[in-house]
Amino acid sequence: MGVKKTNSAKVLNDSLYMSLLEKMLLIRIFEERAAQMYGLRKIGGFCHLYIGEEAVATGSIAAIDLKKDYVVTAYRDHGHALACGMDPKVLMAELFGKITGCSHGKGGSMHFFDTEKHFLGGNGIVGAQIPVATGVAFSQHYKETGGVTLVYFGDGAIHQGAFHESLNMAKIWNLPIVYICENNQWGMGTFWKKVSAVEDFYKMGAAYDIPGMQADGMDVLDVYEKTAKAVDIAKNGQPVLLEARTYRYKGHSMSDPAKYRTREELEAYKKQDPIGRLKTLMEEKNLIDDKAFDALHKKLKKIVDAAVEFAEKSEEPAIHTIYEDIYADKEAIWQL
Amino acid sequence: MAVISYREALNQAIDEEMARDENVFILGEEVGEYNGAYKVSRGLLAKYGEKRVIDTPIAELGFTGIGIGAAIAGLRPIVEWMTHNFAILAMDQVINNAAKMRHMSGGQIKVPIVFRGPNGPAEYLSSQHSQSLAAFWMHVPGLKVVAPATPYDAKGLLKSAIRDDDPVVMLEAELMYSWEGEVPEEEYLIPIGKADIKRQGKDVTLITYSKPLRTVLSVADKLAERGIDAEVIDLRSLRPLDTDTIFASVRKTHRAVVVDEAWPMGSPASFVAYAISRECFDELDAQVEIVTSEDVPMPYNHRLELAVQPSEEKISDAVAKVLYME
Ligand SMILES: Cc1ncc(C[n+]2csc(CCOP(=O)(O)OP(=O)(O)O)c2C)c(N)n1
Repeated sequence: MGVKKTNSAKVLNDSLYMSLLEKMLLIRIFEERAAQMYGLRKIGGFCHLYIGEEAVATGSIAAIDLKKDYVVTAYRDHGHALACGMDPKVLMAELFGKITGCSHGKGGSMHFFDTEKHFLGGNGIVGAQIPVATGVAFSQHYKETGGVTLVYFGDGAIHQGAFHESLNMAKIWNLPIVYICENNQWGMGTFWKKVSAVEDFYKMGAAYDIPGMQADGMDVLDVYEKTAKAVDIAKNGQPVLLEARTYRYKGHSMSDPAKYRTREELEAYKKQDPIGRLKTLMEEKNLIDDKAFDALHKKLKKIVDAAVEFAEKSEEPAIHTIYEDIYADKEAIWQL
Repeated sequence: MAVISYREALNQAIDEEMARDENVFILGEEVGEYNGAYKVSRGLLAKYGEKRVIDTPIAELGFTGIGIGAAIAGLRPIVEWMTHNFAILAMDQVINNAAKMRHMSGGQIKVPIVFRGPNGPAEYLSSQHSQSLAAFWMHVPGLKVVAPATPYDAKGLLKSAIRDDDPVVMLEAELMYSWEGEVPEEEYLIPIGKADIKRQGKDVTLITYSKPLRTVLSVADKLAERGIDAEVIDLRSLRPLDTDTIFASVRKTHRAVVVDEAWPMGSPASFVAYAISRECFDELDAQVEIVTSEDVPMPYNHRLELAVQPSEEKISDAVAKVLYME
């Protein structure tokens, strides 16, 4: 695979390969454990797993600088949170609804947030994070921070008016934002082509005179490079639309058996598994062998084990906390 | 009588009305191939085809508005909202278009459309996905609002809503879809705007609608064990509101508690309490109490989310208050 240098500050080097592999594997192991914990009823409600899509969050977030850049996503947020460097412990604790969770047990799976890490959620309404992220980019532009915002949304979300309105304003106001459509091909049980007037989402940028790009969402290096390019463009006040073609291996959420698609379709994507592909490439470059991979796997599994233990041992939030985190002060809450 | 689920009752209502009138069709996210996010539309695509059972993109404002336009031009759409939380995107269409067309056209235009889907708290979903928006709809002149709590009422009210010449918003609930109850084989309708007395009693009137009905009935049973005979009114419709039934009951019991899973400020409960206080002032032996969800967004943690909602304990406490039992 020809890996080109990019204009971005970061260049693909051996240590970057390893960190991409490590991030993707951490997400995979975290998600598998989350599924298990859901089965044990430690986690409830909607739990949307990111298995199969790891390359998108990992590759794109590796291409930005979270000291000044921001990440905003929807409810399928575990992967992005981990890619932004959030601690698996506070994420697992949030899934368990514990007070030690990143949102104090108020948000659960769909609402991970970490303002320090510049990860702004974790948003449950399809498409609604897109204008919000555009506003974050507005603030970056206004304050001249030099930062960009990456906003993620699905192939289903792209048909919301919120997406189209945002692109237009981002363009007329020169906002530093990269719109990343994670096209995992299914919006719940709906195949993306059935509900879309166009088959290449990146073309939708053209309606707003915004450059559109496409990345192979099963290839973390391709996502990394394309994002780096898009970020360079966005920093100069030109919003970009990047479509990453990917696939979710699991159902839409834990309660969806995904009967609407064929086993063949799923198996075909598993053959291009993003972790497997990077591992093979690294083997060819003598950057890893099976033994080193196993050791990495073991190390990450221990981290996730510790996260589960932390979540398990953490306290439930006290009942009075229902009145907290609503206003800066509590005056506006009605209580007799 | 057959015992069927709330979900099946809705399905039968839609099926029967689609068979009866070819202008009736259903559109929404996942209503066709997936048989509905909560399986309410199961089997309808197979029976009626893609022309009348239409899968939409995730575009609530758009497809709700398209439904309204189709209604204006002679069809009778059923718009399924995956949940009311997502209908917030479509509120402009419902409030400014559906509810106002008859008025601003001086009566020329009618908008015979049903908007329906689950509303109210569910489980482990946090604040964007678990909230009652009943007040938002009830607030709007030009809309009708129904909120049945049994399969029998759900079927009869949905059929009436589909035949109604005005826009009707229907509030269902994720946790109610599997509730079962008796539904007759033969056709029947339940008029919009008629409350139902679910339990006769003489000591106190408990008024509610939608999902809390079960909790309220269970409290009434427990009160009976303590010698308190509660009357339970299921409003079924929020607009029009059946004040006749409410006032008649309160004139009999002289005490009322209104139970509502919406937030307290500007809620259906607070309006009903106001109406009783105003109309039955001289006959009341205690001030009217309301039991609502706490005035907070819904947390994910299960203990907390239960603490936020009306509970048997909170309702019995309110009953104790109006009976001066403290
Ligand atoms: C406005 C709104 N409508 C509907 C839903 C219910 N819903 C949640 S996820 C989803 C499918 C979204 O698909 P896509 O945007 O492709 O993202 P993916 O889940 O595949 O990551 C739907 C319909 C919602 N959360 N918000």
